[in-house]
Amino acid sequence: MYQVGNLVKELSDKHGRMRESLMPILQEIVQKHNYLTDEAMVEVARELDISAAEVYGTASFYTFLDTQEKGKYVIRICKTITCSMKGKSDIIHTLEDMLKIKVGETTTDKQFSLIETNCIGWCHKAPAILINEMPYTELTPEKVSTIIKDYMQK
Amino acid sequence: MINLLINDQKVSVQAGTTVLAAAKKLKINIPTLCNHDDLCVAGNCRVCIVEQKGARTLIASCATPASEGMDIHTNTLKVRNARKHIVELLLSEHRADCTKCYKNQNCELQSLANEFAFGDHIFLDLVEDHKYNIDRSSPSFIKDDSKCIRCQRCVRTCSELQYISAIAVSNKGAQMKISSFNNRPMSHVVCTNCGQCVNRCPTGALVEKTYIDQVWDAIYDPDKHVVVQTAPAVRVALGEDLGYDPGERVTGKMVNALRQLGFSSVLDTDFTADLTIMEEGTELLVRLKKALVDGDKKVSLPMFTSCSPGWIKFIEHKYPEFLPNLSTCKSPQQMFGVLAKTYYAKKRNIDPSKIVSVSIMPCTAKKFEADRPEMRASGFKDVDFVLTTRELAVMIKQAGLDFRNLEEAKYDSIMGDSTGAGVIFGATGGVMEAALRTAYEIVTGREVPFGNLNITPVRGMDGVKEATVKIEGCVDAWKFLEGAELKVAIAHGLVNANKIMKLVREGKAPYHFIEIMACPGGCIGGGGQPIPTNMQIRKNRMKAIYAEDEHMVLRKSHENPEVIAIYKEFLEKPNSHKSHELLHTHYIERDNY
Amino acid sequence: MENKGLNKVDLIFEKIEPKEVLIKAFKMSSAEIIQNILDSGLKGRGGAGFPTGLKWKYTAAEKSSEKYIVCNADEGEPGTFKDREILERVSDKVHGGMAIAGKAIGAKMGIVYLRGEYRYMLLKLMIELDSFHKMIKEIGYDFNIEYRMGSGAYICGEESALFESIEGKRGEPRNKPPYPTVSGVFDKPTSINNVETLVTAMMIIQHGAKNFTQYGTKDSRGSKVFSVSGDTPTPGIFELELGMSVQQFVNVFGDGDTKAVQVGGASGFCVPRKKFAETIIGFEGVPTGGSMMLFNSSRSMYNVLHNYLDFFTEESCGQCTPCRVGCQQLLKGVEKVKKGEAKPTYLNELMKLADSMKIAAKCGLGQSVGNAFKSIVGNFREEIIY
Ligand SMILES: Cc1cc2nc3c(=O)[nH]c(=O)nc-3n(C[C@H](O)[C@H](O)[C@H](O)COP(=O)(O)O)c2cc1C
Ligand code: SF4
Ligand code: SF4
Ligand code: SF4
Ligand code: SF4
Ligand code: FES
Ligand code: FES
Repeated sequence: MYQVGNLVKELSDKHGRMRESLMPILQEIVQKHNYLTDEAMVEVARELDISAAEVYGTASFYTFLDTQEKGKYVIRICKTITCSMKGKSDIIHTLEDMLKIKVGETTTDKQFSLIETNCIGWCHKAPAILINEMPYTELTPEKVSTIIKDYMQK
Repeated sequence: MINLLINDQKVSVQAGTTVLAAAKKLKINIPTLCNHDDLCVAGNCRVCIVEQKGARTLIASCATPASEGMDIHTNTLKVRNARKHIVELLLSEHRADCTKCYKNQNCELQSLANEFAFGDHIFLDLVEDHKYNIDRSSPSFIKDDSKCIRCQRCVRTCSELQYISAIAVSNKGAQMKISSFNNRPMSHVVCTNCGQCVNRCPTGALVEKTYIDQVWDAIYDPDKHVVVQTAPAVRVALGEDLGYDPGERVTGKMVNALRQLGFSSVLDTDFTADLTIMEEGTELLVRLKKALVDGDKKVSLPMFTSCSPGWIKFIEHKYPEFLPNLSTCKSPQQMFGVLAKTYYAKKRNIDPSKIVSVSIMPCTAKKFEADRPEMRASGFKDVDFVLTTRELAVMIKQAGLDFRNLEEAKYDSIMGDSTGAGVIFGATGGVMEAALRTAYEIVTGREVPFGNLNITPVRGMDGVKEATVKIEGCVDAWKFLEGAELKVAIAHGLVNANKIMKLVREGKAPYHFIEIMACPGGCIGGGGQPIPTNMQIRKNRMKAIYAEDEHMVLRKSHENPEVIAIYKEFLEKPNSHKSHELLHTHYIERDNY
Repeated sequence: MENKGLNKVDLIFEKIEPKEVLIKAFKMSSAEIIQNILDSGLKGRGGAGFPTGLKWKYTAAEKSSEKYIVCNADEGEPGTFKDREILERVSDKVHGGMAIAGKAIGAKMGIVYLRGEYRYMLLKLMIELDSFHKMIKEIGYDFNIEYRMGSGAYICGEESALFESIEGKRGEPRNKPPYPTVSGVFDKPTSINNVETLVTAMMIIQHGAKNFTQYGTKDSRGSKVFSVSGDTPTPGIFELELGMSVQQFVNVFGDGDTKAVQVGGASGFCVPRKKFAETIIGFEGVPTGGSMMLFNSSRSMYNVLHNYLDFFTEESCGQCTPCRVGCQQLLKGVEKVKKGEAKPTYLNELMKLADSMKIAAKCGLGQSVGNAFKSIVGNFREEIIY
């Protein structure tokens, strides 16, 4: 759990306090902290003068605006058809083995979260994953373990 | 005008009219679910689909404006098949245990199922795949997601009419549902318990929390003396649940029915409505005096009425800095409750611990109010059980009473006397009108200068109403008010309350006294009133309320003989020490989420 | 039916001097630009295929001091990645196309709605947008573009859901009418166009409508970018003239064992081998926003269908009954049939359900779930059952 502190206020100054400011604000909180805490959502609701339930309702519509705790690196594995055909399961197994978590979980040191996602637009280079914003494509178990080792070092 | 064909019949409608409304004009019935007259169009249930010649798909008649030359058919095989599928789909996600369901026989989904999807179900049961939650945390209502058809009526109600959005749509796809903030219990979010969502829910997904069985138990407990009070708005609406048209007054029959149900004493909330006027009117005059004569800067003006518990909770959550502006008067229900276990108990020589105090209310928030810790000034829970108008209708049906053929009866005494002023509490503007009838007379010694005491500027369905009363010819004690213009405002529906509160917060509200009711139309449109409730029905009930007032001999609160008596025998005078102890209270700040 | 065969073209990714094209466009009147686009026969490249010229004409006709041109870069359709490639390689043409569209409809504001999955390129795009704004200023024209990000919701590619999302709300499609040309983002007249449509429009202004109409067929003018994936030795992005048959496509891109091609993504149609020759890729046959997924005989079409249905069950916005519940029923239905827990004849009920979804759902998502369902179950029934 993180403390939002002044972040929401700063973001509201930056993006405005209109309803249309909601997405950019939530997105930037998530970019920074990887998920939205209740506290953060309540703050946003206060700044934008909308109800907290609406903030939650909107956030929960978007898969990238997580309201459950997530690690520092969120690994999203494409599960759509081409990636499935091209070895998505092997990638998942490798990741699960390396990180000792199942899909949907976060490592106890809060470094990595593993989730499945729908087509991320790299089907010609399947299988593909996103780690936070960065796409990694044409993965093999070897390739993905090198990538994750790099992240572990960071 | 726009001309179109529906089922080969010609119809002309104003631009902007929906196909659904155009069909209604021809008396062609198209089923609907997500549509509600009080709310903006959603177009999401798709039950109202019809065939438009030349269109690629069927169209949702509730969401499609009529256009010139349209050729619509509402009952083709294509339409029927799709509609049947839709009802079947809704049922497949739905825990359809109708015989156990509170909405059995009064459920829009059930009616549709009866029309379209009887017999074996086509599709697989999906209920087991959903982890549906049942939230019983609120003392006012139950939210059972397994009965929700995702029509979003509740969400639109809470946002469009009440400006709260305690509930919103969350998640998407198969997981889409109606949620409070991060699925917290309804008792722990900004919900006002107004029940407007409950009143508009087409199914059993939102229903009042019922206390019918507890009340029956009390009635049949020989050790208990069960008193019942009935709110003014109940008598003009109860009939709807018993086969009457909206707006028919059933006061006398209702009183008789309550007696037949076995209540020991059938009394009237109107009595404490009149008492409220004495207390609140005096409080207002005192505040005005402090502000105008004593120059006391700390006096909180404008003063707000405090009889609507939904409104109280709204201000606690949203405008807590203005809590001092609330009248300290408890609501008539709670004044009644505390007096039942003190004054009434004493006068009737009954041990107050043996009294069970029941109230029949048009309101679900009253259930919450009765549970508040502030409401135990008698040393007991002042009001034990609150039933809605709908629950009373259920009890009457359970008891097998032939309501239509009941004799008219009169309220018991004591605490059964009322005036027209107490009655009009049930409609928006009513508290204001009642207060003005009394306050003006206290201050000037004369009746309010409106024909037949009808203060029409404060009446009607406008969301925000204003009026100015010039005070002239004051009696000596109130000379300082001579020539003053008393500015008042009235709002009903919390979306309108919010408009006024914004002005107040910005310092732009020039009023002395503001009446606010949480529900559209005031209590006549309360969350506990018969379903359906819509603008036309509210108007009919409102008319009935004013008719009830006009039929009363006494129409001013200060003329209520029992009110005069209670001051003489028990309370001494308005705002006395005893009054404050029993009839007044203060509220608390709450989180805005 | 016309058949132009498979011809590779290089117009979309062709490097150009955008400034010259824009100067040329800004000298034209709004009506002239629209006429050019009408003459070209360009249809939207986002999937629905509405004539772009008409869309601009309707939006231009609206009287409003505030109008918007929205570039749909939400590209969520499984198997589509051409808009990403276009933005990576020729964003100047996307921005340029928006300015031209703006001129045509009378909009000073453009918004690009970029899917969250593509955030990694936002920084680069911002830099390119800066130079674009500078250039526009140099020309002395007033047009401003903003980027708004999606956050992982396929339905936000649907135009009205996209507007809702820009407005900070859940991406729930709106009722239509009103159409975007009358009331779009912020309830203002809006022309929403796909990334590729805008680039193509710029190209048409550059080379003239005639040049464009020499490509493609009567119903499907020009060339378009295809996203090729699945069982193919050459996955990737290819700009091809419209009007080829699936067979001709498979001849070039197949791995020699192609048993089916899914044209148009999960919301498109599955073409089985026996129909390759007779099926034209284009609006006269199977329309596509560019997604071409090939499956060889090692693939289970049950898995393919299951994957698509799973996708829709998650990605439906959930507001309307036919789609929210229909998707769950189709998914659970095929699972049960596969496991032998439901009779194979239950598929017939599901086929009827798919028909109802097509005509009763609120938006294009629910309306097109039946495409894949019916074409896969219809052509590969045995694979679904056994
Ligand atoms: C579920 C759904 C998803 C869509 N996704 C996209 C998309 O990602 N990109 C796109 O350009 N159009 C998408 N569309 C089509 C848009 O609604 C709209 O028709 C298109 O952006 C118009 O641009 P065009 O005429 O240039 O194709 C989608 C439609 C639906 C129903
Ligand atoms: S909500 Fe309606 S359909 Fe559902 S169980 Fe209750 S009565 Fe039956
Ligand atoms: S009871 Fe009133 S405040 Fe609470 S959710 Fe329902 S409509 Fe909203
Ligand atoms: S709770 Fe009732 S009103 Fe709300 S969406 Fe569900 S069925 Fe509709
Ligand atoms: S068809 Fe699906 S995506 Fe479209 S509005 Fe209905 S539920 Fe939402
Ligand atoms: S299927 Fe995985 S990126 Fe498209
Ligand atoms: S009543 Fe028209 S879509 Fe629900």
